[in-house]
Amino acid sequence: MTAPSAPRRTVLRSATREVVIGADQPFCVIGERINPTGRKQFQEQLRAGDLSAVEKDVAAQVAGGADVLDVNMGVPLTDEAELLERAVLLVQSLTDLPLCIDSSVVEALEAGLAAYQGRALVNSVTAEDERLELILPLVKKYDAAVIALPNDADEIPMEAGKRIDLVGKIVRVATEEYGISPDDIVIDPLAMPIGADGTVGRTALETLSAVRDRWGLNTTCGASNVSFGMPGRPTINATWLPMAMTAGLTSAIMDARTRQVVDSVRAADVLLGNDEWGMRWISTHRARQAAEQAAAQAAADQLRAVQEAIGS
Amino acid sequence: MTPDEVLQGLYDNTLVGNGPAVLDLTDQGLGLGMAPGTLLFDALIPALEEVGARFERGDFFVPEMLIAGKAMAGSMEVLRPLLADTGVETVGTFVMGTVKGDVHDIGKNLVNIMLEGAGFEVVDLGVQVAPEAFLAAIEKHQPDIVGFSAFLTTTMPMFKANMNALEKSGMRDDVIVMVGGAPVTQEYADVVGADGYAADASAAVKKAKALLQARKAAVPA
Repeated sequence: MTAPSAPRRTVLRSATREVVIGADQPFCVIGERINPTGRKQFQEQLRAGDLSAVEKDVAAQVAGGADVLDVNMGVPLTDEAELLERAVLLVQSLTDLPLCIDSSVVEALEAGLAAYQGRALVNSVTAEDERLELILPLVKKYDAAVIALPNDADEIPMEAGKRIDLVGKIVRVATEEYGISPDDIVIDPLAMPIGADGTVGRTALETLSAVRDRWGLNTTCGASNVSFGMPGRPTINATWLPMAMTAGLTSAIMDARTRQVVDSVRAADVLLGNDEWGMRWISTHRARQAAEQAAAQAAADQLRAVQEAIGS
Repeated sequence: MTPDEVLQGLYDNTLVGNGPAVLDLTDQGLGLGMAPGTLLFDALIPALEEVGARFERGDFFVPEMLIAGKAMAGSMEVLRPLLADTGVETVGTFVMGTVKGDVHDIGKNLVNIMLEGAGFEVVDLGVQVAPEAFLAAIEKHQPDIVGFSAFLTTTMPMFKANMNALEKSGMRDDVIVMVGGAPVTQEYADVVGADGYAADASAAVKKAKALLQARKAAVPA
């Protein structure tokens, strides 16, 4: 299989909205915060069956401009399948954005997929035989797309060449053995913390461009990973994404609340010709301008009201 | 150069991760007839303690922790055989590994560096370490502490499998068990019956030292 002449399209849907990931599309921002990992209070709430914090996270990611929402309910010592099913139902009642159903527990993925309305993105499968055998049938059964990571049971390869070999394996197994369309395979090149090893950025970039050139597949990465352990994380993330976009990155799991990072991918959309006439960029600017003016007006009104009240 | 200058230089250069200078000062100190244990306990370990403290305060970042650890490790390659010859005991031995089914090791490696920085002898078994491999390493190295690392909610249950294997082998009471990794919590550590958990590398070292001290107090040698 080789790269087709037209960009591949990974089509995700909720009941009412469609989002397309592709090299000729605006970058797909997959909001990452609906995830309890490392959030003690959220974990305790989920363990008690309280999903109220999810509502705030959904609202914040939507307001920040997410195109898709990642939903992860990986809390130790809970029934993750039941939680993920409930979370999927809840999030779909709050937003019409398509979802990325995120778990390393196969039963939880299946429960989430069964509850989901539309065409989901599954996060994720690896090149391990066992994971491929368990997860790809679900992807096929529920007509979903899938994020695939090029690590196997032995290692996370630190050379691009080995990662590309594993991508080849994943593509072959998914398409030939499970009849999954290459359009529905989204490769994560493994963006690792640059603070722990100065070579990992280039390795991910090399992997990305090889995946684009050989197969034309869509790609994603955990954008916040790259800056782990470093100061100024938003700046590193906001620099990383446009670099990766020129190497072929078409989506990222990222925190849509961080305006700097979202702005940088939207600016890159303009620069890569994926925001026609910069209309999205301009309308965002205009909406912010209007909001600022409204806020300034409200402050002025309030001040005047106070001044009148004290008779000055 | 006076011995005090050597110690100060070692401390300062370890803190900023200047490996060549640390190695050079190690040689100079030994050349002056300083005891290897003095270089370790009066310069290298205090430097890494300061690295840990700065990291906890948010004043130091992961790369700085790594280069300080590497600078110390370079010196330790020279000092370790000498320490063994002079009968200086290490702080303790720590057998560490990422559990079976899991290939993630960045966090584990950071913990290793900080443990070595605190004077522990670390035996790193790598990733995908099966319960039998942990048992074999515990038998061979007789560590004070064994550490299980897991990055995925699907591989965390291997903690329990490892604990069961330890129980079955009869070695459970011979070794302190610590667990850690991104999704791991104190509650989870308690449920699997581990003796300790820590959220990051610096906290792991503190926990390891505290557990070791408690054990030594409870079981007089």
